Amino acid sequence: MASEKKSEQYRIRKAPFIVLGFFVLLWIAGVAAGEPARVLEQAVQVCLSCIGIG
Amino acid sequence: MELVRKWVQVFFGFLMNANWAFPFTRSIYQGPLKVLCAPGLNCYSCPASTTYCPIGSLQNILGGIRISLANSQYFVGLSVIGAMGVLGAMFGRMICGWACPFGFIQELLHKIPSRKFSIPRPLNYGKYFMLLGVVILLPLLLVDEFGGSSPWFCKLICPAGTLEAGLPMLLLQPNLANTIGILFYNKLSILILVVLWSVVASRPFCRTICPLGGFYALLNRYRLVKLTLDPKRCTNCKACHHVCPMEVKFNENPDDPECISCMACMHRACKFEAIGIEIGGIPMKSSSRAKGRDLQETEAPIG
Repeated sequence: MASEKKSEQYRIRKAPFIVLGFFVLLWIAGVAAGEPARVLEQAVQVCLSCIGIG
Repeated sequence: MELVRKWVQVFFGFLMNANWAFPFTRSIYQGPLKVLCAPGLNCYSCPASTTYCPIGSLQNILGGIRISLANSQYFVGLSVIGAMGVLGAMFGRMICGWACPFGFIQELLHKIPSRKFSIPRPLNYGKYFMLLGVVILLPLLLVDEFGGSSPWFCKLICPAGTLEAGLPMLLLQPNLANTIGILFYNKLSILILVVLWSVVASRPFCRTICPLGGFYALLNRYRLVKLTLDPKRCTNCKACHHVCPMEVKFNENPDDPECISCMACMHRACKFEAIGIEIGGIPMKSSSRAKGRDLQETEAPIG
């Protein structure tokens, strides 16, 4: 009874959890493909042309 | 609450830029932390940066997508979009208001006494053009003879990169001054324009140009942590309109993509406990602290 009353008061939104789950799956797929190594490889180099130099 | 937010902004600024050895190493951080996604726009060629910029990384991966696929490497940006999306799904543009160093810099610039102007609402669509056109489509379509492309937003526009990486790298490695050309002067001009615009208007880069802000804005409606409006308590007094740094009319559209959840409306404007914060539908707090305050005292000059 009390929990019914509580759920009437607070309507849990499902959309954020669906969106969050979707992006977690994307992230896992990217990690499984080995993307973080590529990201790290790019991030540790100074990209001079990217910052308008060179 | 405004003071708390300022400290959180400073904390995140330091967290994303924790490599304070750069004056001695005269280069950027190259450790393993750079595999972590910066929540805000923070150039990863900044000497102090310890995380990667999602917009820079996404462009680099999309720019090399043809070469990767030709080598049977399926690097299409899923981990970067996933990391951005997880942050966006949890906090949306709250990140802009609480964790973005460049947003913080714009807020500080806006405190310089001057005449203040509003930003026409249609200009807000500029950031979606930047996201779709410059960050996604240009690296995919504008390729060289080898099938590679450039991070065009970083290269041509990003004033955060000029401020956080271009200028510091020139100071650290003065010999680079011989290599600067029209690209650098173009970006320096954009930076100067954004700085001047930030003095007279509130967060102009976030509202009109920032592609990361555009991405988070798309998720603002569906984010886990958000401000809510209790229509039974709202009197439509429009007090929330006057304090909002993003010129959001919160009582008319609580899911406005521009809302950065700075909570100015909740703590400095609403006297009727009509604005609250919720996590996934569960209310956490309402604007009770503002109850009884004199609205005239708390209004901030905007627009």
